[in-house]
Order: sequence, then C-alpha cells, then structure tokens
Amino acid sequence: MKRMQNVRGSLYPSNKVWHVLALLVVLSVYLFPKDGYAQETTDTMCSASCEPECNGSCEIPLKLYELDEVILIAPNKEIGYQKQSKPLSSIDEYLESSEHVKMIKRGAYAWEPTLNSMASERLSITIDGMRIFGACTDKMDPITSYVDVSNLSEISVESGQEGNEHGNCVGGAIDMKLDTSPFKEDYLKVSLDEGFESNNEQKITGVDVNFAEESFYLDGDVIYRKANNYTDGNGEEVLYSRYEKFNLSVNGGLNLNDEGKVTASFIFDQANDVGYPALPMDVSLARAFIGAIGYEQYNVGIVKNWKSKIYANSITHIMDDSQRPDVPIRMDMPGWSDTFGFYSQAELEHSRHSFLVKVDSYYNRSLAEMTMYPNDSNQADMFMLTWPDVRTWNTGIFVQDAIALEKGNMSLSTRISYHRNWIVDEFGLNSLRIFYPEMEASQHRFLASFGSNYDRTINHFKLAVGVSYGTRAPSVSEGFGFYLFNSSDNHDYIGNPDLKNEQAYEMKARISFQKKSFTASLQGSYFYMPNYIIGEIDESIGTMTIGAEGVKLYRNLDYASIANVSVQSEYLLSKNWTWKGSISYHRGVDDTNRNLPFISPIAYGSSVQFKKNRIFGEVAMDGAGEQVNVSEVFGEDKTEAYTVFSLSIGKTFTVSKNQLYAKAGVENIFDTYYSTYTDWNNIPRMGRNVFVTLSYKII
Amino acid sequence: MKIFKTIILIVLTLLITACSEDEENTQIEENPVADLILVEQIEANNHTIELYSEQDNFYVGYNEISLRVKDNTADDYFSNVSITWMPIMHMTSMSHSCPKSDIETTQNETVSKGFMIFQMPGNSEEYWELTLNYEIEGVAYEASKIVEVVQKPDGMKNCISFVAADDSRYVLAWVAPKVPEVKVNDFIVALYKMENMITFSKVEDYTIMIDPRMPGMGNHSSPNNEHLTFDSASEMYAGKLSLTMSGYWKINMKLLDAENSVLKGEDVTDTNPESSLYLEIEF
Repeated sequence: MKRMQNVRGSLYPSNKVWHVLALLVVLSVYLFPKDGYAQETTDTMCSASCEPECNGSCEIPLKLYELDEVILIAPNKEIGYQKQSKPLSSIDEYLESSEHVKMIKRGAYAWEPTLNSMASERLSITIDGMRIFGACTDKMDPITSYVDVSNLSEISVESGQEGNEHGNCVGGAIDMKLDTSPFKEDYLKVSLDEGFESNNEQKITGVDVNFAEESFYLDGDVIYRKANNYTDGNGEEVLYSRYEKFNLSVNGGLNLNDEGKVTASFIFDQANDVGYPALPMDVSLARAFIGAIGYEQYNVGIVKNWKSKIYANSITHIMDDSQRPDVPIRMDMPGWSDTFGFYSQAELEHSRHSFLVKVDSYYNRSLAEMTMYPNDSNQADMFMLTWPDVRTWNTGIFVQDAIALEKGNMSLSTRISYHRNWIVDEFGLNSLRIFYPEMEASQHRFLASFGSNYDRTINHFKLAVGVSYGTRAPSVSEGFGFYLFNSSDNHDYIGNPDLKNEQAYEMKARISFQKKSFTASLQGSYFYMPNYIIGEIDESIGTMTIGAEGVKLYRNLDYASIANVSVQSEYLLSKNWTWKGSISYHRGVDDTNRNLPFISPIAYGSSVQFKKNRIFGEVAMDGAGEQVNVSEVFGEDKTEAYTVFSLSIGKTFTVSKNQLYAKAGVENIFDTYYSTYTDWNNIPRMGRNVFVTLSYKII
Repeated sequence: MKIFKTIILIVLTLLITACSEDEENTQIEENPVADLILVEQIEANNHTIELYSEQDNFYVGYNEISLRVKDNTADDYFSNVSITWMPIMHMTSMSHSCPKSDIETTQNETVSKGFMIFQMPGNSEEYWELTLNYEIEGVAYEASKIVEVVQKPDGMKNCISFVAADDSRYVLAWVAPKVPEVKVNDFIVALYKMENMITFSKVEDYTIMIDPRMPGMGNHSSPNNEHLTFDSASEMYAGKLSLTMSGYWKINMKLLDAENSVLKGEDVTDTNPESSLYLEIEF
C-alpha cells in the first residue's frame, strides 16, 4: 500500500524552468527504472519502509478489499511519528501529505479535506467509526479539526463506495482511528513531545502516557499548540492566521478473559482565537466533547468478531469579528452540533467468504444563529437562524462480502439507509418558508449504495477494478441553510429542502507494478453524478450580506462528472536511498460543461529519502501546474504554477535506555510566495519555515 | 385490569379538562373585554362609556377600539347600542378629523367595535376630542371627552399623512401584522383619502408597491413580497411582507392609482436609499 508522501516546502522564485525540471525529475522515475537492492515488498499496510521499526508488532488489520490509503501516525506507538517529515505537524498537514487527500485552506488551521475532488458533504468523515458533524455554517470546523495527531494511530482513506462502511457518501471516507495500547503486562510508556516552528512561532507541547496490564489499558495524552500569524514568501505577515489549541484524550480498555473487551474513549478539544485570513470572521471558540463506549467480543459461535459502540459528541463553535478593526457590521455567529449514535458489526467467515454486517444509526442536531449589531446603536439587533435547529436521524445496514476467488479477490458491499430531517424551531421553519411556502417541517428519504471491487495479481502486476453506485442526502446547509455567506464566490447561499438525493456512478481501476526495487501504480476513477448538488445564482433574490454579489440557491444539476487520474512510484535506489514520485490530474465539469470548483490542476511530487541506522532524512518537492480549468462562476480565479521544496533530517538517540527522537527541517526553503487552488480567496501560503521536534520516550 | 383502570382514568381526566375549557370559553363570552385594556371612560347621561383597546393607550396610527355603554343605575351594560363617533383634532390654527370606521355590534351584543387612525399625537396646545353619539331605546345621547393620543414608545413610523401627485392628501396606516415575525407576514394597511377636514374616504383600485429594507445592514431587501391591493372584504390593502430577520425594517412604498401612475414614492436604488413614502417596524 502507498503511504503518505512528505511533500512540503517552497517554491523556487517563480521560474518556469523549475517546473519543467520538477516534472522531468518525476518522469525520470518512470523512464529509468532500475533493479535495486531492496527486498520485494508485500502488499500489506506495512510496506518496505515500515518494516525495520515494526519488529513484528505492526499489527494493522489486513482487509481483503483494497484500502486506498492508510496514513500512519503512530501505530501502537512503536514507530512514533518518525515517518512524517514533520512529526508534530497538525492532522491537516498529515492529511495534506497523503496521495489522495487535498486540503481546502481558509487559514492556518482547520483545513477541509477533499477526496476525489469532493469535500465534506460528499464524504463520510468519522472518528473511529463515530459520526460527527461540524457546527459551523461556513465550514470553518471540519471534524478533522477536533482531533490531534496525539489521539490517532492512523487515518484510513477509502475512495468512493469503498467508504460506505462508515456511512453514506459519494466521494469516499476518511476514518481516523484512535490510538490505544495493547493488553500487555507491565506496559508503561511515557513520551514527551516538544516542537517549535520558526515562521509563526508555533510552540507544541505534548505528553502521552500509556499504561497497561494484561487485563486493562489506560492511555492519556494532552497536546497544546499555539501559533502566531505566519509570514508569506514576500515577508508579509498574513493577518488573522494565528491559533491556539488544546486537546486531551483518555482511552481505557478492559480485557474480558481474552474473549472480548470493553473500551471507553473521551476526547476534549478546544481551539481559541483561531484566525481565518480568507474569511471575514474569526473563531473565538471551537470546542468538542467526544465520547464513546465500545464492546467487542471474539468468536461468538460463527461470528469471528462482534463489535459495538455507542457514542455522543457535542460541538460548540463561535465565530466572531471582534479582532477585525474594519467590518461593515459587527456580528456573532454561534453554532452547535450534537450527535448521538451507535453501531454494531459482526464479522463472519464461511469458506472463501468474509462477511461484515453492520447496523448503525445516528441522530444529529444542528443549530446556528446570526446576530448582527447595527452601527446605529438606536436600532434593534438583527437576528436570524442560519441553521434552523435541524434534526437528522439516519439509520442503516451495511453488508459486505469479501470473497477469495481462485484467482484474485472480489468484494461486494451494499448500504441501505433511512434518512430523516426535521426542523424543530418554528422561527427557523417560517424563515425557510419565505422561500418555500409549501415546505413541510419534516422529510425523509432512502439512501442506497452498492460497491464492487475485484483485484487480481498477474506476475508483477496487480489489477484492481471497481464499479459502484452511491447516493447521499443533502447536508444541513444544502437542505436548510439560510443566508450562508460564501466569501469565495461572494454569494449568500440558501438551502433547498426540495433537493433530490445526489447520486454517483463510479468506475475505477488501478494497475500496479511491483518488481524488486521498483513499484509503480496507475489509477483512475470516474464519477458520473446525476443530481449533483451545487448553488446556482438566483437573480430574483437580493443579497443579505453587505457587499455580497448575489444569492445562490442549492439546486440539483442534471449531472456532473469528475475524473481523477494519478501515477505513483517508489524506487529503491540503494539500500539506504528511496525515490518517490507522483503525478495526478483531476477534472470536474457539470452538465453544461462548466468547470466545477476546487478541482486540482496537474499536481506532482517527488522525494528522496535516506535511511540508515537511526537516521532518517528527506528532500521533497511538490508542485502544481497552472490552473487551466478555472471555475469562475464558483468564485475561482486562475492559480499560477508552483514548485516547492523542503528537507528534513531526524535521528533517534538512546538516552539511558530511553529514546530521544530529534528532527529538524526546513519547509519552503526558498521562501517563495505562492498560493494553490485549495487556498480560499488566494491567501498566500507560509514562507520559509524551520521546525524542530524533540520526542522523548520513556520505556 | 390495571391498564383498563388507567385508560378510564385518562378518559376521565380528559373529560374534566375538556369541561373546564368549555367553562373558560363561556367566561370569555361573558366578559368579552377580558383580554383588552380599558383606555378611556366617558361619563355622561348617567352612562359610562368604556373604550377598550389591545394597547394601553390611544396611539398614533391604527387603533382598534371596543366600546360598551354601562347603565350606571342598573350597573349593567346596554345591548345593541347604535353608536357613531367623531374624533376631532383641535390644532392651534385649525381642526380636523381622522380616518375611522363605522361602529358595529359584535357577537356579544353589549360590545361594539370599530377603529380610528390618528395621524398625529396631541401635545400641550393641540388635542384630540372624541364625541360619541349613541341611541338607546329610541333616545339619542351625546358624550364627548378630550382623549390623550401619544406616539408609540418605539418611535416607529406606523402612520403617514401625505400629499400625493394628484394634490390630494392621503393617510396610510399599518394595520397588520400586529406582531411581525421572521416569515412571510400577511401585510395589511389602511389607506384613506382626505376629502375635507372631516371626511376621509376609502380608496379602492390602487396598488401599494412595497420594498422592505434593512438600513442597518447595507439596506438589503427581502424576497417574495407581494404588493398590496384592495381587499373588498376587509376594505383595506392586503399583500405579503417577507422579513428575513428580526431588527429594524423600513417598508418603502410606492402608491399607484387605478391607472398605475405613481402618486407617491420612488424606487429604492443604490443612489436612493429610501422612498419618500415608507412605514417602519422594529422587532
């Protein structure tokens, strides 16, 4: 399996020669493969580079069907964060370094993940299988912002309907797996992490304590980050890009005589004074309480594993503009999102079949308000409900059958869900009835999806193909949002309760080649999406937000289509040196051939890694071509091509039997000014940044 | 058995509750002004004429008034009293009346109802005098009193008196919604033409175009409003007023006559933030 690439860094001063050179570097990997020194890697989650540190303890469950990608953060705490070029980087940076995930950035914090060129509402994003929904109407709090690397062991990224195990989605799923200790006698690990970054003076402090016996485990970790405004490549301070975050998590487990286990987990996450340079408002508070209790039993009759979990989470998100000196009008925009849910799943095996049957359900409450304070203090405050206390209840069943065939593997899966939305607040319902006089307070729909995958190995080649169909319900904003301002296309958005389910017919194929030192894979996916949901301008409606250009209503397009193609390769140059390269191309158009927004131009990355004994170093480059297919209707303008470079080096020391891992690096080596297609309103990215990380593990 | 008992208990409880509600209803019928506020009493002819309103005062603008006449001797209210009224504003230089409805007996025969639209408040030198003429058992009586009319404390313009392009003076007043909400409200205004100092006549076949705006927030408008047209049942102008948020709204208006020529008011544009004809609300 592919793992993340460490591609951070800078753009050498706007020079096209560099782009060409960079492309050549990547291409050379394909053009001149060379048999090398490494052992043949096996097709498991632990690929070659992971082996030396794993020492056999890298027990990540292997599934028959093909996971698209697993981003390792700290599996079983054995290898720590060493694989990441910047060990204490944020979750956002971990995800950004993945092959398939792109992050939409509204500032330095809380980036929004996209997968297969699709964002939050088209994905299922879960924490250990738990559904959780952001409380911000303007997507300032993707749920990835409510965890930290200290909480997680890995992030699995599943493309398209391979992700429907966790919930209805069309684009795929991102599941963040919590890190827990094994049941092991006299197991005690304490690690202290300290990080510093020069550009925004970010300080990171973390403590992680893991304690276990054969009968139980108890883990706790805290991490604190504080960053000031960062500086772009021109040396200009990017105002309102600071943030402060505190995260605490506690995990516990009881071993039930090796027949099962009871687990409990709790995460508290709070961010304060988070700036959003791309938006007109900042966030004074984003707070999450996330808790779950799980029960797992092994070998119950024919059931190999039976796992259940109940969970609850509560998010409070408060937008404010008190730090902005110059706004047309002061406003407060608090939002709340509470979710309760459960799932129960059983794994069965019967000859060549491995079944997974899962029932799940969640209930969510989303409420958001907006209070505007007129400049004339004699006038009354203005108030509206932007999310009218929308309740969502979704319950579904998922069945998967993974079949080991004579030649190859086959996986079939289906999910059927009942999805109900209803509006509780009369004020909010009446508000929406301004646009939809006949609107009912309650609505329901059925969602169905089906996925199929087949893979087969022929000599050095491995072929995987999949055909799938998926549907999703509109998100709360798409269905029931009321004057939500989008600063990217400068329009107010109104939800549409009459939206049909969005559908996706998906085809994908991957061919990978693996021979001794050289691995390469070519993969492509194509989504034909009837009833694609997007906001369309309605000229008849006046704007609400001061300065907005117009109002958009969410509509179902006849269809849209999205295609993604990427090539990755890894080449073991010698025993100690590895060269990686990747190129991807994405295209998204609607039924009238208009470009969809936030679709990546040609992007490429390449890195050389050195590993010897306990030293790990890397030089990485990544970049993108000029954005050719610009979606002007949806607020985009052309993003210039860029190439950026970074380097890092780390070493593990043994200090009185304990491990000290030190790592330092430079991102954006050439301190270049650049911005990518994912940067909301073209906010510039960080200039040169030097980071130092120290991780001390007491074993 | 237990379930059976429980059901009986529930049914009984429901019956009792239902009965008591009935009783309440009859009580309301017995006291038809229970929900109203006594704003004025006029003593004359050994009668007390009580004037009730939903509001605690006579205010500038539309006032819905319920009246009843008490026989002070019998301490009882007369039924089916036919009443007419004449409010007069005594200004320093002249006197004039205001738009008003006929007074009609309600379902409860002791109570009569009508409305007056005061276009200005009284002050230290100028005052409103209300004269009532009524007839009980064939005998005509008259009573009058100076009444206090004040501006609403919120200071919102809910009534406007203006001279239009046809050189006539009109009075336009907010009638409903009494309590506006964030929704599409049923919007009713009363429009009267001043024929002379005393007579105000209803105007039909006109159109009142509306453009609600929030001056406190970039002067934005709201969608799906409906212009007001004459509703023959209520004899007022009715349309739809959509309010997308709470706060201060200026309802800009344009008055068109039967031929659709503009009598008063202008379009709101980027350069012209308000019409010369408007009403205001704040909620």
